[in-house]
Formats: sequence, C-alpha cells, structure tokens
Amino acid sequence: MATSTSSVVTLHINGEKFTLPVDHRTTLLDALRERLTLTGTKKGCDQGQCGACTVLLDGRRTVSCLQLAVAAEGREITTIEGVADGDRLHPVQQAFLDLDGFQCGYCTPGQICSAIGVLREHAEGRPSAVTDDIRPEAGPPPLTPEEIRERMSGNLCRCGAYVAIVDAVAKAAADPRATGAATVSEEDVA
Amino acid sequence: MREFDYQRAADVAGAVALLGADPDSRYLGGGTNLVDLMKAGVERPARLVDIRELPLDRVESTPEGGLRIGATVTNADLAAHPEVRRRYPALAQALLAGASGQLRNMATVGGNLLQRTRCGYFTDVTRPCNKRVPGSGCPALEGEHHNHAILGASERCVAVHPSDMAVPLAAFDAVVRFETADGPGELPLTEFYPPVGDTPERETALPAGALITGVVLPPAPVAARSRYRKVRERASYAFAIGSLAAALDVRGGVVHEARLALGAVASRPWRAHAAERVLTGAPATPETYAAAADAELAAARPLPHNGYKVDLMRNLVVAVLTELAEEAAR
Repeated sequence: MATSTSSVVTLHINGEKFTLPVDHRTTLLDALRERLTLTGTKKGCDQGQCGACTVLLDGRRTVSCLQLAVAAEGREITTIEGVADGDRLHPVQQAFLDLDGFQCGYCTPGQICSAIGVLREHAEGRPSAVTDDIRPEAGPPPLTPEEIRERMSGNLCRCGAYVAIVDAVAKAAADPRATGAATVSEEDVA
Repeated sequence: MREFDYQRAADVAGAVALLGADPDSRYLGGGTNLVDLMKAGVERPARLVDIRELPLDRVESTPEGGLRIGATVTNADLAAHPEVRRRYPALAQALLAGASGQLRNMATVGGNLLQRTRCGYFTDVTRPCNKRVPGSGCPALEGEHHNHAILGASERCVAVHPSDMAVPLAAFDAVVRFETADGPGELPLTEFYPPVGDTPERETALPAGALITGVVLPPAPVAARSRYRKVRERASYAFAIGSLAAALDVRGGVVHEARLALGAVASRPWRAHAAERVLTGAPATPETYAAAADAELAAARPLPHNGYKVDLMRNLVVAVLTELAEEAAR
C-alpha cells in the first residue's frame, strides 16, 4: 500500500475553508498558529493538561494540542477568533471583560472557548462530577460556583484569576445568547 | 516524532484490513493518550488508522436489559447518556471523575480501555521500563512508587492501570467486543487485562490487529444503586490514588448482592471477588464491610512508599458501602 507522511487537507474554521498541505505530525494547534496565523489559540503545555489551546470542534470543547490537523478535516472548528458575532462580543467574552476574568490573558482564549462549551453542556442537562443527583429525572443541576469550578478544571490559570473567572462564567450563563438556548432531547446525547 | 502514514477508515472491516497485523500501526480514536505518547517518543507508529468516523457511536439497550456501547462513543456522551445514569450510575460517575471536560469530549470508550499507565518511568524514554523495553528493568521498585500497585504486581512491573471507566465496567461484568481479520470475538473485561506476571508489555489479551468495536454491559439490577468514589491528590482533573466502584442490594438488613471493583491499585481494574463473597448473605453492617475489605486486601503486597493505599482502600470500602446501605434505607 502506498504510504504518505503528509496530506492536503481542507479545514473548516470559523465558517471559512482553508486548504493546506500538512505533515501528518502537525497538531491542529500548530496548524492554527503557525500555518494559518490564527494565533488567538495559545500553546501552554502542549500535553493536554493546561487547556490554553481549547477550541470548539463540532461545538464541543477540545484541546487542539492533542488533535491532529489531518484528523480534523471535515469537522467544524471554532477558535476564539470566531466566537463573536461580528463586532458584538460573545456573552462569555463580554463577561470576562466586565468582571476582569484574567490577569496576563494568556489562558483567556482557552478559558472562554471552554466556558462556551461548558454552558452548552449544562444547557443540555449534562451532569458533572460534583452533581449530587445524576439521574436524568433530576434535571440539570444549578450552575453553582462549585459546578463551574469542576466543569472548568481543565483550564489552568497561572495568575490565579479563578475567582473572577467563575464569576464571569456565572454571569454569562444568565445570558440566553450564551448557549444558543438550544433544547436537547435524550436522543441527541445518545 | 516519527513520520507516519494516516488513513481514515470508513467501516470496521476496512479498518481491520488497513491495519493488517502490522505491529507498527495503531488505531486512532480520540488520540488523547496516543498523540501525547507519540510526542514523548513512547509510541512511534508508522501508520495511524483513524477510526473516529466508524459507525460505532451508539449506546443501545440490549433485549436482555443491558447496554451495548460503541467503541467510538466519547466519554462525555457515555456519561451523559440517560440509561447509563439510571441503570449504571457508578459508570457515569467514574467517567465524570476522569480527566477534564475537553478530554472527555475527545476520548473514546475503546481508547479508554487501551490507555497506558501514567507511571513516570514508562512515559520517560530516558529511563528503563520493562513495559516499554522488556528486560530493561523497573526503576519504580526502588524509586518513585507512591501511586503504584499493591495488588497483583510482579517483580517486573508495579504500574497501575489509570482508567476510571474500567473500574465500574469490571464490577458490572462488562464484555469487550472486537473484530479481527478472522471475524469477531469477545472477552470479559476481567480477562481482557491479563495478570502482569513476567510480561508487563502484554497489557491486553486482544489478538494482534484486533479493533475494539464496543462494550456490552449485561443486565445488572444491583447496579441501579451503585457509586464510584475516587480519591486523588487534588479535587479535580487528576488520576486516582485509589478508587472504588460499588453496588449494593440490601434486603431485610442482609446483603443480598454486592459488586466491588478497586481502581489505581493494580495493573488492571481489580474485581474484588473475595470481598463480595464475605458480603453476600452477611448482615449489612460496617463490621461486615470491614471484614470484606480485609478479605480482599489480605493479598496486598505494598511497596515501601504506598502502604497507605491498604488503609485507604479499606476505609473507602467501608465508607461507600455504608453510604449505599443508608441510601437504600431512606
């Protein structure tokens, strides 16, 4: 069988298509930053442990440092550059600004993309490790600070801006625009 | 990282054919462990066969009343599934206790079963490791082993299996289904992971080139009252230093049925049959729970720096069974 160590891929990013040759070793993170100059997504640990590189893949938050670019072909990729509605910031972005949910800002794009994912997961009724009653009949748990902290634990902040980050996520959660207010049936999580 | 070929499989037979029996090829699911190990040089595949688009992403009830879980279902989707939360809550809790939200969205059931130990000597290619390079030695025996095995280890390897998900699967008699070039096969989870013995490099009983297609959970009414409790060094996003999946059915003050499996204490999820034998038919009291834990942990052979795990697991068994019994009495 013919083998090849590179491919030409078409990536769907923030509603646009980008076609480029990639060495198969290229992570989505490196493709975004080094090849497509989408440098909003940050490289922290490059080992899937810090969350700085979080992007949305088909609407789900993922770490782009462990995602091979070639394997992302055909999926909808949303980076921090694509979360706003034109000049109107995403409610999570606005809440981080309003409540100072950062200090140096390096982890912030990942925090914001992760929080957008969290709000969608919560709106779908998904439980977390700190949810007392995970039976589906119990309904979604209130998005308490404890729930936000647990759900956001994949995003580290070396400045320790966690208190304001939790406040910002809670504030954004109150904005129906933040989740798209999608109602999701049981079939959709199957 | 070594250069590699990449192929995307369209169906199960095609995936198995693409991989062949090539020991240099790997199936790629979520990649959360494999890509990380490739960066570290621990894994050096010449070809990846991407199986993420295979039609193995469903969770379905079986006619007998169990669940059939596809291999590419993500950890996040499985944890959120209503029937898992209703019928096997310890499984949902174990999934939710693992990794981070981002990783749970990527990681798949098949990949979770195949993930490698987080022993620091295994992941550091500059150090000897019998699992990575058979016969090279095990620095953990004399070195850093505070989170290593207390049960079923050998002189060759004392690493623990890192999966949370596999612990309740072991308790609930899960069966792993796979496909090979010669047709399908299946293995009970407790046989899927062989004892370490002298071959720590042989981590599963899967035939060469086999693709995990899913996991079947048999019906287990006892699992409806079950719990997963994970002890770790920080409150979230850390591997277990000890964990327990337990299910308990108490009738008239007597244990009718119990299921127990221990995590982070052995090279595989540790089904606690000895403890279950003590529990079954005995009064549902803390004394019984302690005796059950002692029966299981009698086989423990702790290393100089992980003896705490024996007490930890004993306390965990007593605490979780007590909670389950109290919950049943309410």
